[in-house]
Amino acid sequence: MKDSPLVVDNVSVNFGSIAVFEHVSLSIDEGEFVAVVGPSGCGKTTLLNLLSQFLRPSSGSVRSAGRIRMVYQHDSLLPWQTVRENILLGLRDIKDESERNQQLVEMLGLIKLEGFADHYPHQLSGGMRQRVELARALIGNTEILLLDEPFSSLDYLSRIRMRNELARMLMQLPRTVVLVTHDIEEAAQLADRVIVLSERPARVRSEFRVDLERPRELTDPKVVATVHQVLSELGLEHERRQPVVA
Amino acid sequence: MVSEKPVSSKERILPLVVLLVAVLIWMAVSALRIFPESVFPSPLDVANGFVEELRAGRLWDDVVASLFRVTTGFALAAFTGIPVGLWLGHHARTRTAFLPLINFFRSLSPLAWIPFAILWFGVGDLPTVFLIFMASFFPLVLATVAAVENIPSVYFRIAHDYGFNTLETLTRVTLPAIAPQVITALRVTAGLAWLVVVAAEMIAGHAGLGFAIWDARNGLRMDLLVCGMIVIGVIGIVIDRILFQLTKIPSIRWGYER
Repeated sequence: MKDSPLVVDNVSVNFGSIAVFEHVSLSIDEGEFVAVVGPSGCGKTTLLNLLSQFLRPSSGSVRSAGRIRMVYQHDSLLPWQTVRENILLGLRDIKDESERNQQLVEMLGLIKLEGFADHYPHQLSGGMRQRVELARALIGNTEILLLDEPFSSLDYLSRIRMRNELARMLMQLPRTVVLVTHDIEEAAQLADRVIVLSERPARVRSEFRVDLERPRELTDPKVVATVHQVLSELGLEHERRQPVVA
Repeated sequence: MVSEKPVSSKERILPLVVLLVAVLIWMAVSALRIFPESVFPSPLDVANGFVEELRAGRLWDDVVASLFRVTTGFALAAFTGIPVGLWLGHHARTRTAFLPLINFFRSLSPLAWIPFAILWFGVGDLPTVFLIFMASFFPLVLATVAAVENIPSVYFRIAHDYGFNTLETLTRVTLPAIAPQVITALRVTAGLAWLVVVAAEMIAGHAGLGFAIWDARNGLRMDLLVCGMIVIGVIGIVIDRILFQLTKIPSIRWGYER
């Protein structure tokens, strides 16, 4: 088996006297989609910052193999640059202009924004901007995608639409993905593995595999069952006597 | 999706209507002789004075003199104030050290400097340029500092993630991010500079629109005084309109939307 592209090995993180992470270990396989859920303020974003090497652990080690891109929680498209210029940021290492343009055109087609290359972010809807953010992070030679609650600012229906959109894009451009979210439905629908973190200091409390081909429907019984399991784990639903999926 | 507020041709006429009404009131007040004619010139007197000044070429010379001083002082302030603001905006400790002093000078009316301006630089262009500089520099520094502080940190994360070097971070993140706020500050300070030039020329000038007003007052030519006032006001509007055009640049418009 190949080495895991992302390995967190016995990591602890302290901010001053506050312990944010305590002995967290995690290994993510190539092409795997891992969702991380947990109570707010438990250090989910810290985990992403560790994985992207933006933050060094106080002890333990984080190893990554492959180029990492991150999509942030808040609008992070540069508002003074057009859709084209923003997406091209993801292709800065490709020197050949015709190659760049070809990739750009393909990406605009994939996110269905062909006519919007010269628009500025403020001229797009929230969902369209989110698609451009994903495009910028997915374009070019990258292996790992980190998502920090990327759809949290969208309304419910747009969020479901964007999930489907993301799943579809990942079919075309497979990546190793770590998604941090507070939306348990989102985690269960998208991920191969859902990791539940505990309250601060965060530890891996439990993890659930979702053995189902991606992309999936939100109401697929296995997705619903995973939502139930995670909610029970977090003490937000009671254990049922009868399992949801027989 | 592009929020464009279309101004109908009807709405365009509205300011002209207001202007016309204002002139009519002016005419009425001067016709009623509420004030003596010598201290309340009629629009016609002013128009005549305007033609007289134009023929003599004095008005043109005064406009050029004032514009030259404002442009020089303002440009000096912009080319030094914005970089200083950038620097302070990025260095928290230096900012803490310098901000009270800058705020002190910002609160000081530039006119308080007039005696020193004359003593140090004599009479002519230099003292006025100095006063305009003093009027614009400090507000520009403060506005730039505030703009830099307001840049969402996520943009610097993006610059880091996509491999921007220091120069690229400056030209592709910091400068475009502060541009809308800095342009607004430039508009405000340009207005301030234009206010100051008139006041400064009254005292430290031997030409310029401020001097013209002072000269008219000394010669009891109230018609020429009003003529100078109108020219000053119109040029003030023109300067602001010119700077306003900057806000329409596509890569800057985002700062004024929403």
